[in-house]
Amino acid sequence: MSDRRTVLSVEHLTMRFGGLVAVDDLSFTAAHGEITALIGPNGAGKTTVFNCITGFYKPSEGRIALAHGDAKIWEALDDVTESGARRLLRGDGALYLLERMPEYLVTRQARVARTFQNIRLFPGMTVLENLLVAQHNPLMLASGYTLFGVLGLPSYAAAERAAIEKARQWLERIGLVDRADRPAGALPYGAQRRLEVARAMCTDPLLLCLDEPAAGLNPRESHELNDLLLAIRADYGISILLIEHDMSVVMKISDHIVVLDYGVKIADGAPQQVRDDPRVVAAYLGVADEEVARVEAEVGL
Amino acid sequence: MSAAPNTRIDVARALRDAAWTALLAFGLFLPLIGFLTVQNLNNTLILETRFGLLATFVAITALGRLAYELVIAPMRARAALRPAPAKPSRLRLLMAMLGRGFTPFGIGFIVVYPVIVLTINGTGGAVKWIDNFGIQIMIYVMLGWGLNIVVGLAGLLDLGYVAFYAVGAYSYALLAKNFGLTFWMLLPLSGILAAFWGILLGFPVLRLRGDYLAIVTLAFGEIIRLVLINWVPVTNGYAGISGVPRPTFFGIPFNASDEGFAAVFGLEFTPLYRTIFLYYVILALALVTAFVTLRLRRLPVGRAWEALREDEIACRALGINTTNTKLTAFAMGAMFAGFAGSFFAARQGFISPESFTFLESATIVAIVVLGGMGSMVGVAVAAIVVIGGTEIMRDLDFLKQIFGDTFDPTQYRMLFFGLGMVLIMVWRPRGFVETRQPSVALKERMAISADLVKEGRG
Repeated sequence: MSDRRTVLSVEHLTMRFGGLVAVDDLSFTAAHGEITALIGPNGAGKTTVFNCITGFYKPSEGRIALAHGDAKIWEALDDVTESGARRLLRGDGALYLLERMPEYLVTRQARVARTFQNIRLFPGMTVLENLLVAQHNPLMLASGYTLFGVLGLPSYAAAERAAIEKARQWLERIGLVDRADRPAGALPYGAQRRLEVARAMCTDPLLLCLDEPAAGLNPRESHELNDLLLAIRADYGISILLIEHDMSVVMKISDHIVVLDYGVKIADGAPQQVRDDPRVVAAYLGVADEEVARVEAEVGL
Repeated sequence: MSAAPNTRIDVARALRDAAWTALLAFGLFLPLIGFLTVQNLNNTLILETRFGLLATFVAITALGRLAYELVIAPMRARAALRPAPAKPSRLRLLMAMLGRGFTPFGIGFIVVYPVIVLTINGTGGAVKWIDNFGIQIMIYVMLGWGLNIVVGLAGLLDLGYVAFYAVGAYSYALLAKNFGLTFWMLLPLSGILAAFWGILLGFPVLRLRGDYLAIVTLAFGEIIRLVLINWVPVTNGYAGISGVPRPTFFGIPFNASDEGFAAVFGLEFTPLYRTIFLYYVILALALVTAFVTLRLRRLPVGRAWEALREDEIACRALGINTTNTKLTAFAMGAMFAGFAGSFFAARQGFISPESFTFLESATIVAIVVLGGMGSMVGVAVAAIVVIGGTEIMRDLDFLKQIFGDTFDPTQYRMLFFGLGMVLIMVWRPRGFVETRQPSVALKERMAISADLVKEGRG
């Protein structure tokens, strides 16, 4: 797989909550510019994996590394791990050990953005304000950590105009420019999902983690979401990590699928390969292996 | 009466409700108002009864309930049945027009307020109106605006806010008395010291949310007060610090001496000059607070505060350092309380722990909550209502005509105050200002309904 440059590498990830092992010795990689889907039945530990990658949980065991730039940086992985540092910055790229970083630095420095299974917008703020909060860190710098901004220096005004322009472009892309000044909480469900993706993109990520972006969408909206995700990948060259239940989304747009069941990886590969794996089908349909053929016929697979 | 079945007035039910209300009021007021303990000539306590007054209270309560059932409830039911008007009513348009002009008009009025009071009351009566009303209300407006950053914007319920007010006041009093520093040097210094204590409080409470945060901040306020009481060598305990140096007019003191303000400007000496000077000082401080807060709201840090109130997890997912964001909110809020505190010490000339009790914190929180939605105009109006209201209720002599000559209205001040608060909260559950103004707009600024805006859970 020489043409596939790894961007994210999860090794031996284990997460225990007391006696419960939510994720057990999980390893997989996500390649640059690809859409990697993480699927599995309810309670398989998908969201826990997401929370570990994005820094919301500290994993009990394992290493989660993310690379920017040239693939040669991976050679330094063990040295960085030994040194106890969070990250390695080099001329040709950077390496981040995400399990060592707090969640806000995972977004700010390692440039990993995420959305949530139950939408987490700022409902009482306008659509535009939601997109500006996402650009907090560059704007904070431009406002001289508030000092220049309070004094009203023009450099901040220019930075704010640029941020609004960027937000406007995203709103055009997701078709919400007419509702920019409406509260985000008053948007219809599908629009809230799209806005959350746009808000995550406003943080300039290199890896976008989407937790069930198609949940609750009707077939047309879910189709639009597919197009949006493919267009984002094409235009920004970013990698996408996806948790999804909706197989029409997963099979159509993913390049690579990892299947989890009870916290353990049961399959890993291209969509067609995973789809034909009897263990995956059995886990998904919740039946024993020998009953798969009958149930498949019933549900029309 | 319109004949829709659910708007029909049920007189029997209204009477029954009124009777129940009367019974409840009787049970509540019997111990509170029906009995009175007085000391007789032999210095022993005897129990007096005031059944006449009790009857008046019960009758007013029952009649109020009856009026609600017979008049107000049917009116509201009918209003709810009527379809919403397609065009805003003329009254609503007028209100909107008034709302737009409110802020400039309000500031203009406050600037000329001392002149108006002087013309109406003359120099004799003006001190009360400028000092008790003007300065007192403005101190609370400033405190309200400061706490508004913490509670209204960042959504962190702080019940110990008066601690920072105390830090500001004692910083000024101690440093001015012991080191002879002037008001204008100590004003920023008190603010910085208070902000420092704000950060100090911020650290331990960063992980707490909602009720837990409220309890710890409450305890912090009490700790500061108890330290002030018990650290006698420095703070002089309960006795407080007297003879705190008063602010001067750029080096010219306000006194009757030959170097005093009146003598230098060739005026007849009166304490009024100092009062007017202090009025404009607190006005300037309040306007600076308003200006800075308005600016902050439009800066990334202000938006991050509001985002924190809306959803802290989402903030963290967007790369916002919520620790720093919370600490800046605590520090900014505390800083304005520090300014207000040092002004308070300079104005009073005497401070003691009595001025910094939990009741003060509760009053400031009440002002912010009554104001609503993190709105600055709302907080200012609430401060006028709460502080001005309690001041006005000091002269309620007309109530003697209702309750009889033996009735002492000042004793019932807090009762009426509480009643007023309950009524306001029933009428406006989210405060005077019920919409949030967005900090930025692409085309048109549209107010956001309170239903969508979170109150913040710390």
